[in-house]
Amino acid sequence: MAPTGAGKTLAGFLPSLTALAERPPAQKSRGLHTLYISPLKALAVDIARNLEAPIAEMGLPIRVETRTGDTPSHKRTRQIERPPDILLTTPEQLALLIAHREASELFANLSCVVLDELHALVTSKRGDLLSLALARLHRLSPGLTAIGLSATVREPDDLRRYLVPQTREDETPIPLPSAGEGGPRSGSGRDEVPHEGSTAFSGGAGATPLPVAPRPPSPAEGGGFEAPMADLVVVQGGAAPDLHMLDTGLTLPLAGHTAWQAMPAIYDLIGRHRTVLVFVNTRLQAEYTFQELWRINEASYPIALHHGSLDATQRRRVEAAMAAGQLRAIVCTATLDLGIDWGDVDLVVNIGAPKGASRIMQRIGRANHRMDEPSKAYLVPANRFEILECQAALDAVEAAAQDTPDARLGAPDVLAQHILGMACADAFDPRELYDEIVSAAPYATLSWEDFEAVVDYVATGGYALRAYERFAKILRGPDGLWRVRDARTAQQYRMNVGTIVESAKVKVRLARANRARPGAVLPRGGRVLGEIEEDFADTLTPGDTFLFAGEVLRFEGLSEDEALATRAGPGTDPAIPSYAGAKFPISTFLAARVRALIADPFEWDRLPSQVSDYLVQQRSRSVLPGATGLLVETFPRSGRYYLTAFPFEGRLAHQTLGMLLTRRLERARMRPLGFAANDYGIAIWMTRDLSARIALEPDFLEGLFAEDMLGDDLEAWLDESAMMKRTFRQCAVIAGLIERRYPGQAKTGRQVTMSTDLVYDVLRKHQPDHLLLRAARQDAATGLLDVRRLGVMLRRIQGHIVHKALDRVSPLSVSVMLEIGREKVYGEGADEILAEAEAQLLEEALG
Amino acid sequence: MTERGGTPPFKNEDAVLALGARLEKTTRAPGLTLAGEHLTLDLCGGLWLAAHRTLVVSDLHLEKGSAFAARSGQFLPPYDTRETLACLHEVVARLDPARVVALGDSFHDARGPDRMEPGDRAMVAALQEGRDWVWIAGNHDHAVTEGVGGRYAETLTLGGLTLRHEPSPDAVEGEVSGHLHPCGKVAMRGRAVRRRCFVTDGRRLIMPAFGAYAGGLNVRHPVFEPLFPAGFTAHLLGDGRVFAIGRAMLAKD
Repeated sequence: MAPTGAGKTLAGFLPSLTALAERPPAQKSRGLHTLYISPLKALAVDIARNLEAPIAEMGLPIRVETRTGDTPSHKRTRQIERPPDILLTTPEQLALLIAHREASELFANLSCVVLDELHALVTSKRGDLLSLALARLHRLSPGLTAIGLSATVREPDDLRRYLVPQTREDETPIPLPSAGEGGPRSGSGRDEVPHEGSTAFSGGAGATPLPVAPRPPSPAEGGGFEAPMADLVVVQGGAAPDLHMLDTGLTLPLAGHTAWQAMPAIYDLIGRHRTVLVFVNTRLQAEYTFQELWRINEASYPIALHHGSLDATQRRRVEAAMAAGQLRAIVCTATLDLGIDWGDVDLVVNIGAPKGASRIMQRIGRANHRMDEPSKAYLVPANRFEILECQAALDAVEAAAQDTPDARLGAPDVLAQHILGMACADAFDPRELYDEIVSAAPYATLSWEDFEAVVDYVATGGYALRAYERFAKILRGPDGLWRVRDARTAQQYRMNVGTIVESAKVKVRLARANRARPGAVLPRGGRVLGEIEEDFADTLTPGDTFLFAGEVLRFEGLSEDEALATRAGPGTDPAIPSYAGAKFPISTFLAARVRALIADPFEWDRLPSQVSDYLVQQRSRSVLPGATGLLVETFPRSGRYYLTAFPFEGRLAHQTLGMLLTRRLERARMRPLGFAANDYGIAIWMTRDLSARIALEPDFLEGLFAEDMLGDDLEAWLDESAMMKRTFRQCAVIAGLIERRYPGQAKTGRQVTMSTDLVYDVLRKHQPDHLLLRAARQDAATGLLDVRRLGVMLRRIQGHIVHKALDRVSPLSVSVMLEIGREKVYGEGADEILAEAEAQLLEEALG
Repeated sequence: MTERGGTPPFKNEDAVLALGARLEKTTRAPGLTLAGEHLTLDLCGGLWLAAHRTLVVSDLHLEKGSAFAARSGQFLPPYDTRETLACLHEVVARLDPARVVALGDSFHDARGPDRMEPGDRAMVAALQEGRDWVWIAGNHDHAVTEGVGGRYAETLTLGGLTLRHEPSPDAVEGEVSGHLHPCGKVAMRGRAVRRRCFVTDGRRLIMPAFGAYAGGLNVRHPVFEPLFPAGFTAHLLGDGRVFAIGRAMLAKD
């Protein structure tokens, strides 16, 4: 009996173990046989442990090793010289391995690669990087079998394409020196991989995890091109989840995400279960929930907190205690969505909006790993809208509907990194490398011209002004091959590999009060509680209180690269509402279900009366938002004029929309003052009467929401958007324009540190179509700005805007109005902030 | 959390209104006098001495982008020189100075002039046409003494003012310097604004860096303390005008 969480993966290794056990003994190493890639290094280490036990028991002559960022350099060197049979590693380490000068020998006899948690990897730039590495492995070892292990996804074919080279048979093939055999050989006989329901919920309705193995590209059927796909194995079965919405019998507020009403009920559930995982959506919610549960923890249950900002050693301690069965509950964010299955979890509680159907199913799957027993979970809505969202999620789980994201278009910045790596490995022929790259599914549509532009970027920065020819990083020789310039460039590549760009963080240290000077603190002494984003620390002023590591802290000031804080007195309310944490927007799929629920009064019977009553009130005071159109309300309130709209496209798209609408209203001289957004709608307030304006100009609203706002307005706003600058910085780091900053490196070398903001400003002015700006825009379309989703919405609502001019706020609008004051006010420009600071100086001067 | 107590939802909104009203009242920057000379702090980061028809700009750091490429293989966009010169052109066209003083670190390194594009070089020549052009020596470009027009000097005296690159440790009445790239940060209500600035205590003035790629050093850094023992006012370059901010309102990094 394998420990939970190892079963699925061990199954993925069975073909390799069999093959390795049956091969004849050899005198010398035959190179790597099987490669295992995991998104988490802890998972790789864990799997290695679980593999070694059966190998030792059976006395098999198989060597298993891990290679992570923690592997000492002598062991790395040895792993290249005398490779193990099975190597377990991460996408970043794989990128480094294939860029190694010995890569072609190391991987020449590789016969199997296992990609674990593939569904999680393919949604990010790490997946792009991995796809390029996989393309290289297929070329180095033409007979390679790739096995993907995944939770259930909406489009399994996306993953099947990801695993095998996307070579078009109808094109004239350019012969590859090392790939004479053509396509990959069949993995048949290996695709009967048994699979334990480990990350996905193993529902009876076909929602099951799937391992996939490749098959050779099928001959073109029906004359058209058919993308080659791996074989698909779906593990059926598993008990339906025991899933409920938690009903506390209390009336929920219209906004807010803390679910404070539910805490006693959640505490009660903890008391009646062995180990409970309490999932929340943001670090702030995690902090709040943890604090509230401890406040009522009369039985002193061991309840722990786990999120990405906490000190790593503290997180490891929590994980160890959980594995040892010492904890009754862990309050956690997405940090525990993936990974090792610690301990014996028998209940999952999800506080707040589920955000997506697949997401919630994977979370539910963290409870109870036996396929024949149902996973037990509660959804806990924090406000009335979340009741709707929870109901939509329950329906989706019932129908086993999935809403995993679309397959990615490979990012150009990741490609730039990869091309430099390939030059480090060996001289490359651009035609051959191009064919290899477009065999990776995310890059299958890359044009030769775009490829050349990336090569040009890698060589000299890709600038129209050819200023850096003589410093080129890769050089094309007379033989037509590109080579890396020198060892230093290769070293720079190795130092900057990977796609995860951590935002700069500062440590939060508990400071001691200085007794000699009340109000002052001693700079050192207390322990480090964790880290906060530098961006957040920048906005704190001494005296501000905020929630962190389960306590209310008072910010005392910055000392070098640390934020000093003291414990705030008991009963202090944290004044700073939030710090950056993961905020996923509601999925399009779930939003459509919520819209449909609201639009259809026959469905309301299934909702608690507090929600249906609320909807009835909305219908009588205004109208209900339809299943497709857009409801816009305008009304006056205490001397201001408001516009509210309900697109249901998620907070990120709404924030972008709010920015753009504010600009337009400004131009229309409506004097907008600010806006607020949540997952369902936005509110904008202004000093001019919008209802009157619309009465005079019936086309005003259609014009306001016209799709062309995604043209010049968007461009103009993106240029100065802080989010865009952050996105650009990440692309610049991944593509090697800016070197990574490592912990411990000096933070403020004054003229030495190059601010990416300055680079961004200069570049967009002088070469707006530069590769990195295009990369940043591509990211903005789906990332922090969610522009693509906004575009789809604007197209959908053309001619379907329903406007209600009201004399007072409607029930629906109250929900989004309540966000005002919780959010930063976006209408505020830098000059307003500076003017306020200046006014204080004037006041001093005037007495 | 705030949700339970029920924070008045429109708190910020009123703050914004009040702010707008205050902004209207304070649109004129206070005049500045140093050693009897009247100074105009230009929004572009230059200093305009109308009585001498002289424009002072500091720390241009021309060819910083190419210096990175030459030294460390980081290919920053090579447009910083033309961007800096374009800003300089804008202010020169607007004020039509008889004299331009570049207050040191005009080039990021001694080889900067060699790496300059011909077009940028022509731009410098065009700016110099018909005016007295003084390159003050800085620590980065001390070795540059010829080849880019104009004349070279260690310091320059104009009326009661002494213009030099590095601020001298002993307070000198009427000293105008650069070198430190001062910038000020204002943090308020969950937003921070960080801008280049002039710093003065009424005795000396330290100028902001003018170059497109010149970074900034927070004025709360200890290095500023001995230079301004009695405190200072920072004049931050906003989007629309220059703002005078007292030391108490300036945040550390």
